[in-house]
Amino acid sequence: MNESELRRLVDAVAAGELPRRGFLERMLGLGLSAPLAAAMLAQAGVAQAQPAAPAYAPTKRGGGGVLKLLFWQGPTLLNPHFATGTKDQEGSRPFYEPLARYDTDGQLVPVLAAEIPSAANGGVAANGLAVTWKLKKGVLWHDGQPFTADDLVFNWQYATDPAAAAYTVGLYEGVKRFEKLDAHTVRIVYERPMPGWQPLSTVQLIPKHVFAGFIGAKSREAPANLKPVGTGPYLFAEFKPGDLVRGTLNPQYHQPNRPFFDSVELKGGGDAPSAARAVLQTGEYDFAWNVLVEDEVLRRMESGGKGRVVVSPGGTTEYIQLNAADPWVETEGERAHPKSRHPILSDAAVRQALTLLVDRKSIQQFVFGRAGVASVNILNNPARYNSRNLKTEFNIDKANAVLDAAGWKRGADGVREKGGRKLRLVYQSSINALRQKVQAIFKQACGKAGIDIEIKGITAAVFFSSDVSNPDTIGKFWADLQMYAFSRGPDPARFMQNFVSWEMSAKANKWLAMNRGRWVNAEYDRLFKASETELDPVKRADMFIRMNDIVCSDGHVLPIVFRPQMDAVANKLVAPLTGWDTALSAIHDWYRET
Amino acid sequence: MGSYLLRRLLIALPSLLGISVVLFTVLALAPGDPFADLALNPNVPAEVKAALRAKFGLDDPVWQRYFRWLFAMLQGDWGFSFISRVNVDTLILQRVPTTLAVIGASQLLALCIALPVGIYSAVKPYSLFDRIASSLAFVGFSLPTFFTGILLILIFSIKLDWLPFVYRADLTSTGLAWWAEQIKQSIMPVMVLGLFQGASWTRYVRSSMLDVVRLDHVTTARSKGLSERVVVMKHIVRNALIPVVTLVALTMPQVFGGAIVTEQIFRVPGIGSLLIDAILRNDTPVIMAVTFVFSCLVILFNLIADLLYGWLDPRISFR
Repeated sequence: MNESELRRLVDAVAAGELPRRGFLERMLGLGLSAPLAAAMLAQAGVAQAQPAAPAYAPTKRGGGGVLKLLFWQGPTLLNPHFATGTKDQEGSRPFYEPLARYDTDGQLVPVLAAEIPSAANGGVAANGLAVTWKLKKGVLWHDGQPFTADDLVFNWQYATDPAAAAYTVGLYEGVKRFEKLDAHTVRIVYERPMPGWQPLSTVQLIPKHVFAGFIGAKSREAPANLKPVGTGPYLFAEFKPGDLVRGTLNPQYHQPNRPFFDSVELKGGGDAPSAARAVLQTGEYDFAWNVLVEDEVLRRMESGGKGRVVVSPGGTTEYIQLNAADPWVETEGERAHPKSRHPILSDAAVRQALTLLVDRKSIQQFVFGRAGVASVNILNNPARYNSRNLKTEFNIDKANAVLDAAGWKRGADGVREKGGRKLRLVYQSSINALRQKVQAIFKQACGKAGIDIEIKGITAAVFFSSDVSNPDTIGKFWADLQMYAFSRGPDPARFMQNFVSWEMSAKANKWLAMNRGRWVNAEYDRLFKASETELDPVKRADMFIRMNDIVCSDGHVLPIVFRPQMDAVANKLVAPLTGWDTALSAIHDWYRET
Repeated sequence: MGSYLLRRLLIALPSLLGISVVLFTVLALAPGDPFADLALNPNVPAEVKAALRAKFGLDDPVWQRYFRWLFAMLQGDWGFSFISRVNVDTLILQRVPTTLAVIGASQLLALCIALPVGIYSAVKPYSLFDRIASSLAFVGFSLPTFFTGILLILIFSIKLDWLPFVYRADLTSTGLAWWAEQIKQSIMPVMVLGLFQGASWTRYVRSSMLDVVRLDHVTTARSKGLSERVVVMKHIVRNALIPVVTLVALTMPQVFGGAIVTEQIFRVPGIGSLLIDAILRNDTPVIMAVTFVFSCLVILFNLIADLLYGWLDPRISFR
């Protein structure tokens, strides 16, 4: 699908010929994220459908008893600016709130904002250089102070102070300054036209009057790091890192009749299977987060009848990445130097053969089940996948033919070779039952095509670390293939940075840069650069699709499955979940049916 | 006695120092760092990761980091967790009550089983009771706790639905209801740990009793016409318990150290689960603190065991 076709579709929605949802689904099928598609409509002046407001039944605040949540990884800190992983963002979410959150379709829904800025309401400047946020009035922090524009400005200063090394700093990238227009209006001015301004609004906001004395290097000393004072539906009660977070109903919460529960208890620790069991089989808990358990086991537990597994599509794709550099020979004293080229994988025929050897169907069926949907795109939601651009098949015969034609001859041991070089590849990933199964399936298929794969499993704490002295990290990538899942927010820009040439992981940047495969493609670079300032959402979407096609069809990346979020929810609990935001992003709307 | 104590304490210092060096070096050599979660977060730029490593001193040479840790420790500063940024002593203190309650109760249970069963088995060796007790004891310490734990969950939580299998340290009820809930949730972890420990101690008590039963002074006591009760309690048990006391004293540090596997299965927020979480996330200050406190306790209880030994058996003197 190209730009003009996209435009035709947008017009069709505007004219009412095509239902909004139908449009979104088509875009998803194209590998476009839902928020991007929604942004395309918004830009074209198509009225935002009323954000599918979940029918919230309770007519008064409180009275719901305890909401018991089980997280097999317990939150370890409650300052959202230092949330290492999702588990910490979840832990602080009952107390802190962002300007807006993403709903199931990946559309922004206002929380602390009065409305979502758009071109239509004048919130987004036509030149893309500024976005104006109107804040909701009458919101109080837990200690009774009003929430104002000063707080929003403060969060930017707090997060971007280099001495603080806040994890949210990346979300503020490209921001020139925050301007307070009045007590409840803030204009964010950008250094360059900023099409991807949405992610910033999901930062959970902390109060200026509590954290003002603890900026930068002093950030660790703030007592409120352990005792959050937010605007959220629950007041902080108790926190034990890694074990427990407890909150009680906030009687001054800014949304009517909410929250339903009198208190919330978030218990951490243990393992995913027994967390799922506590919800699905014994009903001890109401909700278990991210139940990474084999689907077969989950289905058996669900037959217990106490709860159900909710699948929420988000942006996580599991893929195999090929090393473009040579990981085995030192160039200028460095293995896998960006300047070097891989002796085997630089052969397009080998890459093409490898793409033919990923048995996605079996991997989905026998390994992931509902937790992974076969995909040939990296930027997508393949549940509705029917792209015309990319088609990959699983075909061992064809892979053999391709390799034969390229001159890779089978040796006596069945392994192909060319010019004295054996077709042997090392394929690494983190240790995880599902990943080792995928590795085994791929190895078997490759074996049939005369490619000898050596499987390597590395403990997650090492593989994903930034330890410079360790050879087995994801950043060094001293292997031929590596596999991992990259989760991302709805806007693909950050993720697509993984494949640009100026982000190459190397000794000079302590292997911390994002392009771990050291892949270079001039056309991709050009498209990415252009997308950074492209304000027309349709053109920008088209660019992302083309980038996706380039990186996948080149064979640099072999997407395997798209992995939605899987949570276990008790039968009576009504919990709006989304794969685009934290699981607790709509916790104010949770209630129990009677 | 006084000079003995002083000498022992002085000897303990270099051992502790040695232990800390070994611990620190091993941790420093271990691969990985505490920032694994950040690798896949596209919003965290490389500069932040680099700044964090610098801030936490991870890029400094090992010896520098060790001395920094040692001097801070000598001043009572245990450092802060890289993961939760909370002071390590706070983290540990939060976990101590639960650990003491659960592990302490299980050790008590173990003693309550091991002493009577072990003594009675030895008094009537090869009787039916002894055979049954021995068989059960063998079964007890052959089954690992991760197996019995899951088995109990399967039976009592899933099939019968009698007991909860998630341990909560924050029960909100008060008074009797609190005790009822507390006991209900503690039964399974305490049983798993207590029965395992009790089984091996039973064997130990029994064999130690049998050693004493054969001695001459027991025969003399019996021939004096003392009642069987007095013979067993005064002449056999008192002597037989000397090695048992040592054994129990030496396992006491475990009450602090927690039980990693069992705590993980039942989600008991004890020191064991704190330690394993810290290890999995490469949270060096927490691992250092927990293991170091643990080694201090081991040394301390070794000393206590030696002192107790002399007190129980006056033939042993301290020089």
